[in-house]
Amino acid sequence: MNAKKSDKLATGMIYGLVGIVVSILVALLGYILYNGVPDINWHFLTSEAQSFSAGGGVRDQLFNSLYLLVLALIISFPIALGAGIYLSEYAKDNWVTDIIRTSIEVLSSLPSVVVGLFGYLLLVIQLNMGFSILAGAIALTFFNLPLLTRNIEESLRSVPDLQREAGTSLGLSGWKTITKIILPMALPGILTGLILCSGRIFGEAAALIYTAGQSAPSVDYGNWNLFTETSFLNPMRPAETLAVHIWKVNTESVTPDSSAISSASSAVLIIVILIFNLGARYLGNKLFKKMTASK
Amino acid sequence: MKTYDFNQQYISKIEQEVALSTENVQVHYGKSHAIFDASLDFPRFQITSLIGASGSGKSTYLRCLNRMNDRIAQVDGKILYRNTDINSKTINVYEVRRHIGMVFQRPNPFAKSIRENILFALKNNGINDKKELQERLETSLRDAALWDEVKDDLDKSALALSGGQQQRLCIARSIAMHPDILLLDEPASALDPISTSKIEETLKLLSKSYTIIIVTHNMQQASRISDYTAFFHMGHIIEYNQTKNIFTAPEIKATEDYISGDFG
Amino acid sequence: MDDIQTRLQKSSRATRQDYFGKVICYSCIGLIILLVACILYFIASKGLATFTKNGVNFWNFLTQSDWKPGDVDKYGNPQVGALPMIVTSFSVTILAALLATPFAIGTAIFMTEIANKRGAKFLQPVIELLVGIPSVVYGFIGLSLIVPFIRGIFGGTGFGILSGTLVLFVMVLPTITSLSVDSLKSVPMHYRQASLALGATRWQTIYKVILKAAAPGLLTAVIFGMARAFGEALAVQMVIGNAILMPKNLISPASTLTSKLTTEIGNTVMGTLPNNALWSLALVLLFMSLLFNLIVRFIGRRGNIKNER
Repeated sequence: MNAKKSDKLATGMIYGLVGIVVSILVALLGYILYNGVPDINWHFLTSEAQSFSAGGGVRDQLFNSLYLLVLALIISFPIALGAGIYLSEYAKDNWVTDIIRTSIEVLSSLPSVVVGLFGYLLLVIQLNMGFSILAGAIALTFFNLPLLTRNIEESLRSVPDLQREAGTSLGLSGWKTITKIILPMALPGILTGLILCSGRIFGEAAALIYTAGQSAPSVDYGNWNLFTETSFLNPMRPAETLAVHIWKVNTESVTPDSSAISSASSAVLIIVILIFNLGARYLGNKLFKKMTASK
Repeated sequence: MKTYDFNQQYISKIEQEVALSTENVQVHYGKSHAIFDASLDFPRFQITSLIGASGSGKSTYLRCLNRMNDRIAQVDGKILYRNTDINSKTINVYEVRRHIGMVFQRPNPFAKSIRENILFALKNNGINDKKELQERLETSLRDAALWDEVKDDLDKSALALSGGQQQRLCIARSIAMHPDILLLDEPASALDPISTSKIEETLKLLSKSYTIIIVTHNMQQASRISDYTAFFHMGHIIEYNQTKNIFTAPEIKATEDYISGDFG
Repeated sequence: MDDIQTRLQKSSRATRQDYFGKVICYSCIGLIILLVACILYFIASKGLATFTKNGVNFWNFLTQSDWKPGDVDKYGNPQVGALPMIVTSFSVTILAALLATPFAIGTAIFMTEIANKRGAKFLQPVIELLVGIPSVVYGFIGLSLIVPFIRGIFGGTGFGILSGTLVLFVMVLPTITSLSVDSLKSVPMHYRQASLALGATRWQTIYKVILKAAAPGLLTAVIFGMARAFGEALAVQMVIGNAILMPKNLISPASTLTSKLTTEIGNTVMGTLPNNALWSLALVLLFMSLLFNLIVRFIGRRGNIKNER
């Protein structure tokens, strides 16, 4: 076979492979949205879940997912920021840094179910938190920290060294240079990464089953007192999230309309993550433009 | 490549007041020895050029003078400023850099407005008086010959300026701190000829009130603007003298070869 | 001594700021290191208790296929044989990776070498979105599409290794693709130009130059995909059937390490053998994840040596 022919053949094969991949992708997204979107309505989003009868909604699960996301970000962002600054600005090129980087890699490659089980062992059992939003948020932090740290490190690194030199040559402290000059320039990258991490957290279930629990007790959305049992903000109550809900209705199969609920919930998840993705892109671009623009 | 004897040195004595001097400065990058026994005195309110081929160590040496090499290299020896060895471990490096400013090869304004570029470090040093800030903003920009070009756009992003303007902004940013000494590391190498000549004019004017040390690979530039010139070769200072002597009657063969272009 | 001289020797606000910043950053990184150490310690100590406290033979754990931690066999030994789970986990992982790799690398080649800007621009965000789809959604689709489909063709329940493989295939496909794209993109442009200038066809260039230069990166991408597949819990658990049997074929219900863990950990009592045995499974997962990590590092080091100029 001559070179021209094999070139044609190979190109054709690649086109074929890509065609299959694209049709899988389209079918996947199409299936979720086509089956799910018609079931999404106001009632579905605002009513309580039903275990044994049809027509339940996902109000609590949706709120729990968002609440957990916010808590997890509040806990993980400062830590990741500090760690990211350490890695990009302070870490020297030696064996200590090597160990640190390896640890972070190990943490990021742990299966989420292992992270969830560790959270169960440490938070739920040893620290006696029980199945609770707080335990879930901390478990999500474990799961989120390595990714966010690496993202922050990379964003900081992408700021040219010239800027650091400019700061230090003016007699500014390293800390001021980092926080007031480098960090603002790295902000678009950091925000994009943060939003993408949010998407990951929002859809995570394995780490939550044994930390935030699988039940959604009814809560009072008018009760703003964090420390009362029925408050929707009470961080010590168990909280089933949307992703966990999909898993549960499918594995327990006692809810008659489990399939409809799952497709609608899946569609909600996908749409939220889609919004996160697009939002990250849009915001990143906009901030970048704003920073480099003349005004 | 020709080899020269590094023991052949000619370092002229400085008769006037000295602003900064170094004694036996050595620089190591890991195992490689970059600067050997550099001892120079820099006269006050004069421009001193450091010339030499790339890799001769002139920039490395310059960066030692305000401790910019702290994190990347091992610097030994004494650097004397106001009778204090500022290369000592116990010295407050932030204070050093406040008195010995630096401008870099590539313009590096902050991604902030022109005004903030000048005022940011001042505010961080605890200067909060509005009048004083405004005063420093204007004089520093005037001294850097930039005021007339930007006075109406002080709140525009500094990144919107041209390369030459950005570099003059960086000079203004440095002198707004009221340093004693200004170090410049090939400040015009990334700029076009017109911007270059503007920078040179600016430096000439500034030398009335600042001690200026400038690294340049452009020998015409060195001869145009500087009062003293030091020639670096492979980490050694070969010759240091008044600029007119260096360029008309060099004492050392290596210097002569370098200046006449018959080098390496 | 004049004023400046004293100031040169005294610490200032800047010194304190730097100290403050360092303390904060060092504590943050310390916290993460502590966390990793804790995870390794807790899971190792729990997982090893099966062998140290409950006296289960480690070799039997790996090679026996009877998993009844509550019962004892006729010699009085507890029956903790994890082989079925280990075999199933490896089967789905390897099959999914084998299936996904040609598609992923083909797509990556298309995106970096063949497609015009618009084609790549369209595929990139779609792939990124797919990486971000939650695993329960994949599991749900597997349950409602793939399982009935397999049941229709091969009979049986439809649950099993084949369904698990197909779900994992779709899950790791975007992961491997996007990492492969990165590694193909990092091949310097002049490699391509040089090859094309020598009269090589596009395919020859891709096959003989680009793929060779990107090989370590592509291998890393596949390993990452396998690591994701091996550790995936819920999506697999929903379609694998969850029967602790040695898999006889690809369509009989089986159970992976992760699926066993998710279904059982809530049904056992802390500190008892059945519970400890589950932690041993988690330890196997942890060990495998460390192993994948090690392989990636090893490839990375080899690749660096090869690519050095």
